[in-house]
Amino acid sequence: MGSLRPMGSERWWVLAFLLPTLAGLLLASFGSILATLALSFTDWDLLTSPVSAGLSNYADLPSDRLFMKALWNTLAFAALYVPMTVVLSMLIAMGLNRPIAGIGWFRVMFFLPAVCSPTATGLLWQWIYAPDSGVLNAGLSLVGADSVNWLGPRMALYSVVIVNVWGAIGSGMIIFLAGLQAIPKEFYEVTRLDGATAWQRLRFVTLPALAPSIFFQSVLTTINAFQAFDYIFVLTRSGNGNSTMPTLVFSIYRNGFRFFRMGDAAAQAIVLTAMILLLTLIYFRIEKKWGEQ
Amino acid sequence: MGRAMTRMRRNDWAAFLALCLGAVAMFGPFVWLLSTSLKPMAEQFDMRLLPQQPTLGNYTRLFEIMPFHLLIWNSLKISLISTLGQLLTCSMAAFMFAIVRFPGRNILFALLLVTLMVPAQVTAIPQFIIFKTIGLYGTQAPLYIPSFLGGAFGTFLMRQYFRTIPLELAEAARMDGASLARIFFTIYLPLAKPALAAFAIIAFMVSWNDLFSALIYLPSDVDKTTLTVGLALFQQQYSGHWTLMMAASIISMAPVVIAFFMAQKQFVAGMAMTGFK
Repeated sequence: MGSLRPMGSERWWVLAFLLPTLAGLLLASFGSILATLALSFTDWDLLTSPVSAGLSNYADLPSDRLFMKALWNTLAFAALYVPMTVVLSMLIAMGLNRPIAGIGWFRVMFFLPAVCSPTATGLLWQWIYAPDSGVLNAGLSLVGADSVNWLGPRMALYSVVIVNVWGAIGSGMIIFLAGLQAIPKEFYEVTRLDGATAWQRLRFVTLPALAPSIFFQSVLTTINAFQAFDYIFVLTRSGNGNSTMPTLVFSIYRNGFRFFRMGDAAAQAIVLTAMILLLTLIYFRIEKKWGEQ
Repeated sequence: MGRAMTRMRRNDWAAFLALCLGAVAMFGPFVWLLSTSLKPMAEQFDMRLLPQQPTLGNYTRLFEIMPFHLLIWNSLKISLISTLGQLLTCSMAAFMFAIVRFPGRNILFALLLVTLMVPAQVTAIPQFIIFKTIGLYGTQAPLYIPSFLGGAFGTFLMRQYFRTIPLELAEAARMDGASLARIFFTIYLPLAKPALAAFAIIAFMVSWNDLFSALIYLPSDVDKTTLTVGLALFQQQYSGHWTLMMAASIISMAPVVIAFFMAQKQFVAGMAMTGFK
């Protein structure tokens, strides 16, 4: 890949063009992480001056019941959301990669939820899940079943996962479609001549060719899982500002921006970042192992 | 369509049926949303799909009980400024990453990609403190200022596109004494229109749909805040008024949905290039 070598005054243009990005990296990204880390060792309500707190914000976390609940909910959410999103969007992409009637319409319908504001579609799902009048419970009462409190503490995790998966399938499907369309047709023709079954074609041609997309999509979906907020806020927040299914991000939002407990929020944000970082590293390890085989 | 029909094999029919079921799950909620928004209040618990007495009354009432026109205007303004900031600063950086060799280029680009892993909530805490300290809390500025600081997704997308433009064009212009800025604005940007369009649409959508930052900077001021926060406030005040709420939901998704139907290709291209939502 050829590129130009800047000369004389051109160097200034290079710097000028990169300035916003450099400022963003320095201030908004890495500077912010360091600042958050520093804040996590203080207690600060933004009204009085910050007080040094040592490691107490971290040490208090395990005995903080709300935090432990949020941590558990976040992990459970990710454990359900990531595989469901990746597998469903891959299956739909495989279906859409066939000569089927009305393919354009299908694509639009599957993609639409990914485009709409989660706040807006969250209201719709709240209506579907509504305890005494919602569509789901109306359906249950038609068949004589008891109504379910879909967004109550017991079911909220599953209900919220379903909505998040619904909202994420569209973009996942696009990634897999691009991956599928990049597989050369000849690969399939060869297996057809060999008399391979549909299952063998999937196992030995499609899945290996999709491996990079599966990897990429898993990493991305995992990162998104740990940052999920909008649907959880709209669907599970209660009158007192708490949630029937608080996640780490919800807890950070509540501590930091509702109660202005900046030290607590910062410590929780650092825990969240560390978890994402660790998982991403694990993914890359797995990918490397795969590549070696 | 007819032709596709005749070419479908048995497995294709199975896939077709599965896709139909999937389409009901994915698209069905929208049908229900539209139908409820057109029902009069008296019919809101009527589970029939079609409204018996369809009305636009919910839509007109919305604007009477909350300044939805202001919310729409605020969201539009913030999203357009943010999109502009992203287009400009990301393509500027992308241009340098794509065609100029400078010390530290690869490290810088790698660092940029690493930021994709950093949760927005982590950077939000110090940013909130800074904006509050300089007195911008409660204004719209914190919602669009960060868009002028580039970003990994946009820079990556534009860089990929710039790299497909033959370098000879830039070299020739340089021989004629054009500055790098001139080459960028008169050659690269005009040639990158397809990528810019795809990126603009995604950037607009992300900003329009943003709830988190609007919620922390403008949590309750309906004259200044965005449609998403307005909707969340509306949800609390009018809980149980489902017909009204569905109308509010339709109004707030309409601009992006219309843009989606008009520019499907750009939407799909933008998402495919970045895997970004």
